[in-house]
Amino acid sequence: MLRKSAAYPLPTSSPTVDQVGVIERTSRFTARSIKKESKVQGLNMVLSMIDLTTLEGMDTEGKVKQLCYKAQHLHDAYPGLNSVAAVCVYPNYVALAKKELKGTTTGVASVATAFPSGNSSLKLKLEDVKMAVDSGADEVDMVISRGRFHQGDYAFVYDEIASVKTACGKARLKVILETGELGTLDKVRRASDIAIAAGADFIKTSTGKIQPAATMPVTLVMLEAIRDHYFKTGEMVGMKPAGGISKSKLALHYLIMVKETLGEAWLDPTWFRFGASSLANDVLMQIMKQATSNYQSADYFSID
Amino acid sequence: MKKTSEHWKLAPAPEDRSQATIASHYDLFIDGKFQKSAKGKRFKSINPADEKVLSEITESTDADVDKAVKAARKAYEGEWGKLSGKERGKYLYRIARIIQEKARELAIIESLDGGKPIRESRDIDVPLAAAHFFYYAGWADKLDYAFPGRKPRPLGVAGQVIPWNFPLLMAAWKIAPALACGNTVVIKPAENTSLTALKLAEIIQEAELPPGVVNIITGHGKVGAAIIGHKDIDKIAFTGSTGVGKLIQRSIAGTHKKATLELGGKAANIIFEDATLDEAVEGIVNGIYFNQGHVCCAGSRLYVEESVHDEVIRRLKHRMGTLIVGDPMDKNTDIGAINSSEQLETIQKYIGIGKKEGASFYQPACSLPKKGFWCPPTLFTDVAQSNRIAQEEIFGPVLAVQSFRTVDEVIKKANNTPYGLSAGVWTDKGSKIFNLTSQLHAGVIWANTFNKFDPTSPFGGFKESGFGREGGMHGLAAYLDF
Repeated sequence: MLRKSAAYPLPTSSPTVDQVGVIERTSRFTARSIKKESKVQGLNMVLSMIDLTTLEGMDTEGKVKQLCYKAQHLHDAYPGLNSVAAVCVYPNYVALAKKELKGTTTGVASVATAFPSGNSSLKLKLEDVKMAVDSGADEVDMVISRGRFHQGDYAFVYDEIASVKTACGKARLKVILETGELGTLDKVRRASDIAIAAGADFIKTSTGKIQPAATMPVTLVMLEAIRDHYFKTGEMVGMKPAGGISKSKLALHYLIMVKETLGEAWLDPTWFRFGASSLANDVLMQIMKQATSNYQSADYFSID
Repeated sequence: MKKTSEHWKLAPAPEDRSQATIASHYDLFIDGKFQKSAKGKRFKSINPADEKVLSEITESTDADVDKAVKAARKAYEGEWGKLSGKERGKYLYRIARIIQEKARELAIIESLDGGKPIRESRDIDVPLAAAHFFYYAGWADKLDYAFPGRKPRPLGVAGQVIPWNFPLLMAAWKIAPALACGNTVVIKPAENTSLTALKLAEIIQEAELPPGVVNIITGHGKVGAAIIGHKDIDKIAFTGSTGVGKLIQRSIAGTHKKATLELGGKAANIIFEDATLDEAVEGIVNGIYFNQGHVCCAGSRLYVEESVHDEVIRRLKHRMGTLIVGDPMDKNTDIGAINSSEQLETIQKYIGIGKKEGASFYQPACSLPKKGFWCPPTLFTDVAQSNRIAQEEIFGPVLAVQSFRTVDEVIKKANNTPYGLSAGVWTDKGSKIFNLTSQLHAGVIWANTFNKFDPTSPFGGFKESGFGREGGMHGLAAYLDF
């Protein structure tokens, strides 16, 4: 399941993308009507794919503890629900989160590499990664150097990802492209190809700190990069849209997009994640609506 | 991390049939009211998705045709002929708005009667039909500005015969410009798909259009021939097969009748290696599998540059695997029912021919309903230009793929057909697009898209795909004398 660092050489070119066509394709995903059993099944899948996230300057130990508790107890009033895939925190809270989640299936993901801007030296970035990994992070979410990428210094971006991947050891690496700063879908595709070649276990849209964050067109282009890599090598790479997905309906349409672009093998937390903080409660609300036929007040769902 | 799903299948999401009313039988709409036929013979109209009878439709006689033409003539020489363009426009706006109000019902009936997916009738057929009425409503009082310095006059009574692939939309394409220009109309929908046209008759009644301006009569080909052959018809507008188009042209030789014919096609869809391939694959799918391939401008011949041929075919097969074939009333259906058993037979005949001709055959695995007429999306690769599946119009979800190496080669091959209705070009290079569009002999050429329609854009063919244009300002000229 772990990919190798720099497993493939830096790609010399990437396929081009037509924005109009991409938007048209995504409108077909949102036209899919997801009802009844398939809705419940989809909502449960969404829950299991969430990386419950807190990445604030004012995070506290208490908040991280609460988040870890919530990860295991999404809505105790309705037993039998999935727990989320992981909690995502800054490196200094990894050890705590790891302790709180001991013996559970929920992993701990840590952002690193001078998140969110990535403006630092490779040395410091690698130390950042080391701190997260040494504290027990199961997954590392790095950011690419967007400045170097825009300069056209793709080799630098590639080398940096490969170094971070090596530093991750047994932790899975998610590479954040920060698509909101890349400007065009062509560049999203190029960055995806570079990250995949350099050894990313996941490619991820956004830090959540820049608008726009995840959108369907951006995610589709990244999924296509993953699919093309799979066609060429038979090797699977994961995908994580992050930021801006807070409603169940939209999340379900993302799953449709994954299913129709990559196939059902990717409909699994090992290969697909939502980076989100408020999505879980909306999904819970919908699950309770399906279970009881009534919408419940938002006050019935804890806001951790 | 727990595995949550081995298989995620969409639950049925059927549109609510009860939102539409279909009468047990329909009479003929002549002179502003529904009238019984002189003889009153009826035939059954079935739902191609379950073969159940939806309604009974009247088979018009020659006397009925004559009555309809007389009503149209009377209206033309009476009230309608004296109305100002502005007043005519008001009626067209009214019809357009009522179509919008009844959009859901019309979409349901269109899908029940014709087998097309509800997503298409809801998102394409019905909105476009309303858009055509809106568009031509705007022209009704501006004809002098459309043709400055010339004195446009209506032609008189138009006889219109339309096909079964876009029943309501084709009726709108025909009726809206004719009325905007001051003509009156006798129109016959295809015998398989008369229901939305008869619904349109109810809408026309509701809009209080003066009696006789639009007459909608039903029946088989013989009725169409009677309309076209009627001596008091001034203008013929036909959409249908090239074979029938040729018969019509013969029958009106030596008469005063003007004609526009929109006939068959075998469009080339051309993918260059520098195209955005995923979007091109989407364009291929929209080009040939839209409306089960029952589209005269369907991109049924695919030409792919050799260097990307295998990549395109792999992606295309992957995409074909995600198309949902089945109940047209389900909101998730991508490919609905084939319109009739006869058409299914034709398609199956051609699939047989393709296999015999040695082309490689591919259909994705899909389970089809037991009742009704179905054909999965079909792909033939390793096709030769001389194969019949690359030359003849199949009018079904069957794509014939060839590869090419040079621009000159693909232009020659694309033009090597008796048809010339449409074509598609996929490349990231603007200069290549202009080079191709100036050399391809086709009435409509799409660049980096396919099967896009808009009332402002003229549509029509070259060579055996017919003549005359519908849509846009060109569409007005077809209903005017100068």
